[in-house]
Amino acid sequence: MNSPMKTIEQTTDEILDLAATHFKVPRAGLGPEDDFYKKLGIDSLQALELLTRIENHFGVELPDYEVQGVSDFRTLASRIQARL
Amino acid sequence: MDQYKGKSLSWRVADGVIELALNRAPANEIGRAMLEDLERFASSLSALESKASALIVYSEQKAGFSAGADLREVYTQAQKMEMSSAVQGVREFLERIHAVLNRIDDSPLTTIAAVHGVCFGGGFELALTCDLIVADKMARFCFPELRLGLIPGFGGIPRLKRDVGNAVVRDLLLTGRSINATKALSVGLASQVAAEGEALRLARATAAQVTKFDRHTAAAAKRFIKPIPSSELRNEIDIFCELFTRPAVMEGLRKFVEDTGAHPYLP
Repeated sequence: MNSPMKTIEQTTDEILDLAATHFKVPRAGLGPEDDFYKKLGIDSLQALELLTRIENHFGVELPDYEVQGVSDFRTLASRIQARL
Repeated sequence: MDQYKGKSLSWRVADGVIELALNRAPANEIGRAMLEDLERFASSLSALESKASALIVYSEQKAGFSAGADLREVYTQAQKMEMSSAVQGVREFLERIHAVLNRIDDSPLTTIAAVHGVCFGGGFELALTCDLIVADKMARFCFPELRLGLIPGFGGIPRLKRDVGNAVVRDLLLTGRSINATKALSVGLASQVAAEGEALRLARATAAQVTKFDRHTAAAAKRFIKPIPSSELRNEIDIFCELFTRPAVMEGLRKFVEDTGAHPYLP
């Protein structure tokens, strides 16, 4: 039996959880529309760490060119959603 | 010398294993300082090899194994010169780094790269000289050179072709994307994936295993199965130097160096 598809909201929540855990920030302080570079104070190397966490968690590959121009969690989630 | 501590790396030999630790902040960028230390290592290698069965290459920098060539240094130096002199300088650097990487590639020892974090460009090319790559779960591998209008210049294409299928080489080279350790394992680039922070431990366990075998036999097996793609390596230098003369390259380097945003390592 197939697992039910995640909704975009579930995917976004899980990404926010991953980001909060990886960068050791309060989960309550992160929202779907936040610019993760500014909110987390991260650079591209750290963004790649988050990308790796996301790929490992969801079991997908997300080419880094797919996150070009993406800076908010919800849009990032939509990129993941397209590969689930 | 059995032990050495330089500005950008250190090495030691213990229990039949040479450990080469890269340690130049922030991400083991390979510029002149690292090259000089690597040359020192390469010239010491014959003496070290007589006391060992395995070589582990790893990084002590948190960011990763190596982010590749020191692009800031390349840009700063090239900017000061006429293009013909800049290209001559690039060619000299490439020939020197090729000599080092070829020497590691050709070592009779079983060589293991313990990779965590970023393993990009020249760093990836260093890892590819090793017989085995043990990848931390958080490692990422990438050839970003096309983003700068270049190709890998430290021997990456011939060595990647040696190790994985051509479709994978085309994917990495032509898209400039990075792949994670799970993908690296699935395509045969990595031989093992380690839990986070465990790559060096697994590399040491693997090295301990290979020290059990007769060194002469292991070296003979390696010569048989691991050709050095010498002609292609020389061609790569020529192609790189020709591409370097294109204005797009200096512009790409300028953008990378002057980028104050968060994104220089993303496409």
